[in-house]
Amino acid sequence: MAQTQSEIRYLTPLSVDTKKKKYCRFKRSGIKYIDYKDPEFLKKFLNEQGKILPRRITGTSLKFQRRVARAVKRARHLALLPYVTDMMK
Amino acid sequence: MNHYETVFILTPVLSDAQMKEAVEKFKKVLTDNDAAIVNEENWGLRKLAYPIQKKTTGFYTLIEFDGDPTIVNKLETAFRRDEKVLRFLTFHLDKFAEEYAIKRRNLKKNAPKEEAIAEPAVEEAAAPAVEEPAAEAPAVEEAQEPVNE
Repeated sequence: MAQTQSEIRYLTPLSVDTKKKKYCRFKRSGIKYIDYKDPEFLKKFLNEQGKILPRRITGTSLKFQRRVARAVKRARHLALLPYVTDMMK
Repeated sequence: MNHYETVFILTPVLSDAQMKEAVEKFKKVLTDNDAAIVNEENWGLRKLAYPIQKKTTGFYTLIEFDGDPTIVNKLETAFRRDEKVLRFLTFHLDKFAEEYAIKRRNLKKNAPKEEAIAEPAVEEAAAPAVEEPAAEAPAVEEAQEPVNE
Protein backbone atom coordinates (compact mmCIF):
# COMPACT_ATOMS: atom_id res chain seq x y z
CA MET A 1 0.00 0.00 0.00
CA ALA A 2 2.70 2.44 0.98
CA GLN A 3 4.65 1.56 -2.11
CA THR A 4 1.85 2.31 -4.55
CA GLN A 5 1.23 5.67 -2.95
CA SER A 6 4.82 6.75 -3.23
CA GLU A 7 4.83 5.98 -6.93
CA ILE A 8 2.27 8.65 -7.73
CA ARG A 9 4.02 11.87 -8.52
CA TYR A 10 2.46 15.19 -9.26
CA LEU A 11 3.90 17.98 -11.36
CA THR A 12 2.48 20.60 -9.03
CA PRO A 13 2.15 20.05 -5.30
CA LEU A 14 -1.36 19.15 -4.27
CA SER A 15 -3.32 22.02 -2.84
CA VAL A 16 -5.38 20.38 -0.17
CA ASP A 17 -5.38 22.88 2.65
CA THR A 18 -5.47 26.09 0.66
CA LYS A 19 -9.23 26.56 0.99
CA LYS A 20 -9.76 30.14 2.08
CA LYS A 21 -11.64 30.64 5.28
CA LYS A 22 -14.93 32.43 4.78
CA TYR A 23 -15.58 35.45 6.90
CA CYS A 24 -18.32 37.91 7.61
CA ARG A 25 -17.56 41.06 5.67
CA PHE A 26 -19.70 43.18 7.96
CA LYS A 27 -17.84 42.10 11.06
CA ARG A 28 -14.49 42.55 9.40
CA SER A 29 -15.13 46.00 8.03
CA GLY A 30 -17.26 47.21 10.93
CA ILE A 31 -20.51 47.92 9.12
CA LYS A 32 -23.29 48.05 11.65
CA TYR A 33 -26.26 49.08 9.57
CA ILE A 34 -27.13 47.70 6.16
CA ASP A 35 -28.87 50.27 4.03
CA TYR A 36 -31.80 49.12 1.91
CA LYS A 37 -31.47 52.26 -0.21
CA ASP A 38 -28.35 50.97 -1.94
CA PRO A 39 -29.48 48.19 -4.31
CA GLU A 40 -26.06 47.89 -5.95
CA PHE A 41 -24.52 46.83 -2.65
CA LEU A 42 -27.35 44.44 -1.82
CA LYS A 43 -26.91 42.72 -5.18
CA LYS A 44 -23.76 41.12 -3.80
CA PHE A 45 -26.02 38.96 -1.66
CA LEU A 46 -28.39 37.89 -4.41
CA ASN A 47 -28.13 35.32 -7.18
CA GLU A 48 -29.13 35.95 -10.78
CA GLN A 49 -32.76 35.30 -10.04
CA GLY A 50 -32.76 37.88 -7.28
CA LYS A 51 -32.88 35.31 -4.49
CA ILE A 52 -30.97 35.88 -1.28
CA LEU A 53 -27.81 33.78 -1.16
CA PRO A 54 -27.37 31.48 1.83
CA ARG A 55 -24.84 32.17 4.55
CA ARG A 56 -23.11 28.98 3.51
CA ILE A 57 -21.96 30.71 0.34
CA THR A 58 -21.44 34.32 1.38
CA GLY A 59 -19.94 33.58 4.81
CA THR A 60 -22.01 36.28 6.49
CA SER A 61 -22.60 35.80 10.21
CA LEU A 62 -26.12 34.97 11.34
CA LYS A 63 -26.66 38.38 12.87
CA PHE A 64 -25.83 40.18 9.66
CA GLN A 65 -27.56 37.65 7.45
CA ARG A 66 -30.78 38.63 9.20
CA ARG A 67 -30.03 42.28 8.59
CA VAL A 68 -29.15 41.65 4.95
CA ALA A 69 -32.43 39.77 4.51
CA ARG A 70 -34.36 42.62 6.06
CA ALA A 71 -32.64 45.22 3.90
CA VAL A 72 -33.26 43.17 0.76
CA LYS A 73 -36.92 42.73 1.62
CA ARG A 74 -37.35 46.45 2.23
CA ALA A 75 -35.66 47.22 -1.07
CA ARG A 76 -37.96 44.76 -2.85
CA HIS A 77 -41.03 46.33 -1.34
CA LEU A 78 -39.97 49.75 -2.61
CA ALA A 79 -39.20 48.37 -6.09
CA LEU A 80 -35.50 49.12 -5.71
CA LEU A 81 -34.85 45.39 -6.23
CA PRO A 82 -37.02 42.92 -8.13
CA TYR A 83 -38.81 40.05 -6.42
CA VAL A 84 -38.21 37.73 -9.36
CA THR A 85 -36.01 38.25 -12.37
CA ASP A 86 -33.53 36.64 -14.71
CA MET A 87 -30.01 37.60 -15.66
CA MET A 88 -29.70 40.27 -13.01
CA LYS A 89 -25.91 40.40 -13.33
CA MET B 1 -40.42 60.07 20.94
CA ASN B 2 -39.02 57.71 18.35
CA HIS B 3 -37.06 58.27 15.24
CA TYR B 4 -38.81 57.06 12.09
CA GLU B 5 -38.10 57.00 8.43
CA THR B 6 -40.65 56.83 5.67
CA VAL B 7 -40.26 56.41 1.92
CA PHE B 8 -43.14 56.64 -0.50
CA ILE B 9 -43.56 56.39 -4.25
CA LEU B 10 -45.91 58.74 -6.08
CA THR B 11 -47.33 58.05 -9.52
CA PRO B 12 -45.34 59.41 -12.45
CA VAL B 13 -48.45 60.94 -14.06
CA LEU B 14 -48.27 63.96 -11.72
CA SER B 15 -46.72 67.24 -12.76
CA ASP B 16 -43.86 68.61 -10.69
CA ALA B 17 -46.15 71.04 -8.89
CA GLN B 18 -48.70 68.33 -8.09
CA MET B 19 -45.93 66.09 -6.80
CA LYS B 20 -44.60 68.80 -4.49
CA GLU B 21 -48.12 69.52 -3.32
CA ALA B 22 -48.64 65.85 -2.39
CA VAL B 23 -45.35 65.77 -0.50
CA GLU B 24 -46.36 68.93 1.37
CA LYS B 25 -49.66 67.31 2.25
CA PHE B 26 -47.95 64.38 3.95
CA LYS B 27 -45.50 66.66 5.69
CA LYS B 28 -48.46 68.57 7.02
CA VAL B 29 -49.96 65.34 8.39
CA LEU B 30 -46.70 64.86 10.28
CA THR B 31 -46.33 68.40 11.59
CA ASP B 32 -50.01 68.52 12.63
CA ASN B 33 -49.35 65.52 14.86
CA ASP B 34 -46.37 67.12 16.62
CA ALA B 35 -43.69 65.35 14.67
CA ALA B 36 -40.41 67.06 13.96
CA ILE B 37 -39.17 66.54 10.43
CA VAL B 38 -35.46 65.86 10.59
CA ASN B 39 -34.58 65.23 7.00
CA GLU B 40 -36.26 65.22 3.63
CA GLU B 41 -34.91 63.82 0.40
CA ASN B 42 -36.35 63.89 -3.05
CA TRP B 43 -34.89 61.12 -5.20
CA GLY B 44 -36.79 62.32 -8.26
CA LEU B 45 -38.28 60.12 -10.95
CA ARG B 46 -36.79 56.63 -10.74
CA LYS B 47 -37.34 53.45 -12.64
CA LEU B 48 -39.12 50.76 -10.65
CA ALA B 49 -37.61 47.28 -10.50
CA TYR B 50 -41.01 45.84 -11.41
CA PRO B 51 -44.26 47.47 -12.53
CA ILE B 52 -46.66 48.66 -9.82
CA GLN B 53 -50.21 49.47 -10.94
CA LYS B 54 -48.91 49.26 -14.51
CA LYS B 55 -46.45 52.11 -13.90
CA THR B 56 -42.76 51.57 -14.54
CA THR B 57 -41.46 54.78 -12.93
CA GLY B 58 -42.27 56.76 -9.81
CA PHE B 59 -41.31 59.79 -7.72
CA TYR B 60 -39.48 58.69 -4.58
CA THR B 61 -39.51 60.81 -1.43
CA LEU B 62 -37.83 60.05 1.86
CA ILE B 63 -38.75 61.78 5.12
CA GLU B 64 -37.10 61.24 8.49
CA PHE B 65 -39.03 62.41 11.50
CA ASP B 66 -39.22 62.24 15.28
CA GLY B 67 -42.59 61.50 16.75
CA ASP B 68 -44.83 59.35 18.91
CA PRO B 69 -45.67 55.80 17.81
CA THR B 70 -49.31 56.72 17.18
CA ILE B 71 -48.30 58.99 14.35
CA VAL B 72 -47.26 56.09 12.14
CA ASN B 73 -50.81 54.81 11.90
CA LYS B 74 -52.13 58.26 11.03
CA LEU B 75 -49.50 58.72 8.35
CA GLU B 76 -50.13 55.30 6.85
CA THR B 77 -53.87 55.90 6.77
CA ALA B 78 -53.18 59.09 4.85
CA PHE B 79 -51.02 57.12 2.43
CA ARG B 80 -53.70 54.49 1.90
CA ARG B 81 -56.39 57.08 1.29
CA ASP B 82 -54.35 58.83 -1.35
CA GLU B 83 -54.42 57.08 -4.70
CA LYS B 84 -51.41 59.06 -5.88
CA VAL B 85 -49.24 56.88 -3.64
CA LEU B 86 -48.05 53.65 -5.25
CA ARG B 87 -46.04 52.30 -2.32
CA PHE B 88 -44.91 53.38 1.10
CA LEU B 89 -42.65 52.05 3.83
CA THR B 90 -42.36 53.44 7.35
CA PHE B 91 -40.14 52.00 10.02
CA HIS B 92 -38.43 52.78 13.28
CA LEU B 93 -34.68 53.48 13.15
CA ASP B 94 -32.55 51.64 15.69
CA LYS B 95 -29.36 53.13 17.09
CA PHE B 96 -27.18 51.82 14.25
CA ALA B 97 -29.59 53.08 11.64
CA GLU B 98 -29.65 56.48 13.31
CA GLU B 99 -25.86 56.68 13.25
CA TYR B 100 -25.92 55.81 9.59
CA ALA B 101 -28.67 58.33 8.87
CA ILE B 102 -26.69 61.12 10.52
CA LYS B 103 -23.60 60.20 8.53
CA ARG B 104 -25.61 60.12 5.34
CA ARG B 105 -27.16 63.50 6.10
CA ASN B 106 -23.76 65.08 6.66
CA LEU B 107 -22.44 63.61 3.43
CA LYS B 108 -25.38 65.03 1.58
CA LYS B 109 -24.83 68.47 3.09
CA ASN B 110 -21.28 68.53 1.81
CA ALA B 111 -22.26 67.30 -1.61
CA PRO B 112 -23.77 69.81 -4.06
CA LYS B 113 -27.50 70.30 -3.61
CA GLU B 114 -29.00 68.98 -6.80
CA GLU B 115 -30.53 65.65 -5.88
CA ALA B 116 -33.87 66.87 -7.22
CA ILE B 117 -32.60 66.70 -10.80
CA ALA B 118 -30.23 63.77 -10.71
CA GLU B 119 -30.73 61.04 -8.17
CA PRO B 120 -27.19 59.67 -8.71
CA ALA B 121 -26.06 62.54 -6.48
CA VAL B 122 -27.90 60.93 -3.61
CA GLU B 123 -26.69 57.49 -4.55
CA GLU B 124 -23.09 58.59 -4.59
CA ALA B 125 -23.44 60.28 -1.26
CA ALA B 126 -24.84 57.09 0.21
CA ALA B 127 -22.61 54.57 -1.49
CA PRO B 128 -19.15 55.33 -0.06
CA ALA B 129 -20.34 54.91 3.50
CA VAL B 130 -21.23 51.31 2.88
CA GLU B 131 -19.01 50.32 0.06
CA GLU B 132 -15.68 51.71 1.09
CA PRO B 133 -15.06 49.22 3.86
CA ALA B 134 -16.47 46.37 1.79
CA ALA B 135 -14.30 47.17 -1.23
CA GLU B 136 -11.44 45.12 0.10
CA ALA B 137 -13.61 42.05 0.42
CA PRO B 138 -14.41 41.05 -3.21
CA ALA B 139 -10.87 40.00 -4.13
CA VAL B 140 -10.97 37.18 -1.64
CA GLU B 141 -14.64 36.52 -1.90
CA GLU B 142 -14.80 36.05 -5.63
CA ALA B 143 -12.94 32.79 -5.41
CA GLN B 144 -15.78 31.23 -3.46
CA GLU B 145 -18.68 33.09 -4.96
CA PRO B 146 -18.81 32.52 -8.66
CA VAL B 147 -22.39 33.82 -8.55
CA ASN B 148 -21.12 37.29 -7.70
CA GLU B 149 -19.97 38.12 -11.17
